[in-house]
Amino acid sequence: MNTNLTTVAFERGRIGRQKMAQKLETESLTRVVAGEAIVDSISVRVRESEVLAIIGSSGAGKSSFLRLLNRLDEPTEGTVYLDGTEYREFEPEELRRRIGLIPQESALQPGTVRENVGISDRIRDEPIDDQLTTTLLKWMDLSGYGDRNVDDLSGGERQRIAIARTLYVDPEVLLLDEPTAHLDTETEAQIEELLGELIREGDLTCILVTHDTAQAERLADRVVEFENGRVVDEGTPAEVIG
Amino acid sequence: MTWTALETFFEHAADPVIVTGFVQIAIAVALTAIVLGVVYLRQLGFEREIVTTTVRGLVQVVAAGAVIGILLAAHLAWAGIVLVVMIFVAAWISYKRGVALPGVFRTSVISIGFGAGLTIVAMTLAGAIEMTVEDLIVIGSMIIANAMQTNSLALDRFTGEVASNRAEIEALLSVGASPDEAITQYVSTSVYAALIPTIDAIKSLGIVKIPGLMAGMIIAGANPIYAAQYQFAVMLMIFAAGGLTVVANTLLLSRRVFTDAKQLDETVIDAIET
Repeated sequence: MNTNLTTVAFERGRIGRQKMAQKLETESLTRVVAGEAIVDSISVRVRESEVLAIIGSSGAGKSSFLRLLNRLDEPTEGTVYLDGTEYREFEPEELRRRIGLIPQESALQPGTVRENVGISDRIRDEPIDDQLTTTLLKWMDLSGYGDRNVDDLSGGERQRIAIARTLYVDPEVLLLDEPTAHLDTETEAQIEELLGELIREGDLTCILVTHDTAQAERLADRVVEFENGRVVDEGTPAEVIG
Repeated sequence: MTWTALETFFEHAADPVIVTGFVQIAIAVALTAIVLGVVYLRQLGFEREIVTTTVRGLVQVVAAGAVIGILLAAHLAWAGIVLVVMIFVAAWISYKRGVALPGVFRTSVISIGFGAGLTIVAMTLAGAIEMTVEDLIVIGSMIIANAMQTNSLALDRFTGEVASNRAEIEALLSVGASPDEAITQYVSTSVYAALIPTIDAIKSLGIVKIPGLMAGMIIAGANPIYAAQYQFAVMLMIFAAGGLTVVANTLLLSRRVFTDAKQLDETVIDAIET
């Protein structure tokens, strides 16, 4: 991992936190859409710096669960605690900065790579932090890409910009929604390697949604399996997948 | 309304020029029938729309002419009432372009009322619109109709922008953007797209197009330079009214696509997508 990014993380006080502290907890989290519970009474706990993978077949409620955690959707019942505080006590903007979501689609804005990485400042008409942008692009193996138009990038490059865009706001918890879906095998391996480095050395608390059990095994400390919106298995990767 | 007004109406209706008007309409209809024939033979599939639109347009415009004829002899207050009714009707026609958006009829009434109303009042106070029933209704209706058209374009574009950029809007919310920050560029795009026809009309003034009002004034014997000045003033009135209308409406509506918890409102998005 690039030492500059580690330095940024140290400067911001992220590294060195107590690793066993409870970071995120969901309590009977439920979302009902058109009379059907797509997320059904899910209670999970994630410790500081832990990587939790959520696996399950398509339609199991994995992505819907993730959207509830940073309040892109509202739960029908139940709630979420961040550092022991009920998440509705935070303004949604603050909550989403603390719990960053990397979506399945990169969903970049028209403009340059630099403008997209620093979009959270740009939309407030605040100056983009060029040092941080350069550091993130270097770590993403996209050095020198700052002035390129995002329309000229490949799918893998766009996904890396989406990751950098979320890291720019320095989230405490990172939600990854199928980050390597729709990518070719080679690009998928590159992105997964980057994520592995981020997880190991960036010292982030992560929840990774993936349909790829091998990926979950490689990246996660603990795995939860969903089926029809419910937790059906939970444990170490060896216990659940092995 | 007084008996004098009704007498005026019957005088207008009995005028021999009305017969001439119907002859002219018949010639225009014959030309339209050629288009209708081509549409039918080529099986383009909108011949029914041509017929209904032609009949509807004829009935509406002749009825409007008759009403204006009556109103010319009426009290000035009637002009105000007619303009208010026009604003409601314009909002009713326009809101269907954004029917999925909550409260869109109400916001359209407010916005067209604000944009067109403010322009009519300001230009009347400035003397550009004479404080007569004739001027208020004729110029006022032009301004309201164009505000309606601009509003319809903005509603159509805005719903399209929200539907096709859901992932982008949520990506911005996910990095801590407020709803206003997340949607502002789509509001701007909608406002600009809605104003393009008016901007292009102003660009083409006198070069590509001699507008109807100016042409009518010149035919009626007005000084051509004054007719051109007045046409330009009216075009700017139309632009101002349209601009104020769409800025007000898109700002009012942009907040209604989000919930109190600053999420894209699922029910609104579903309604737009269906």
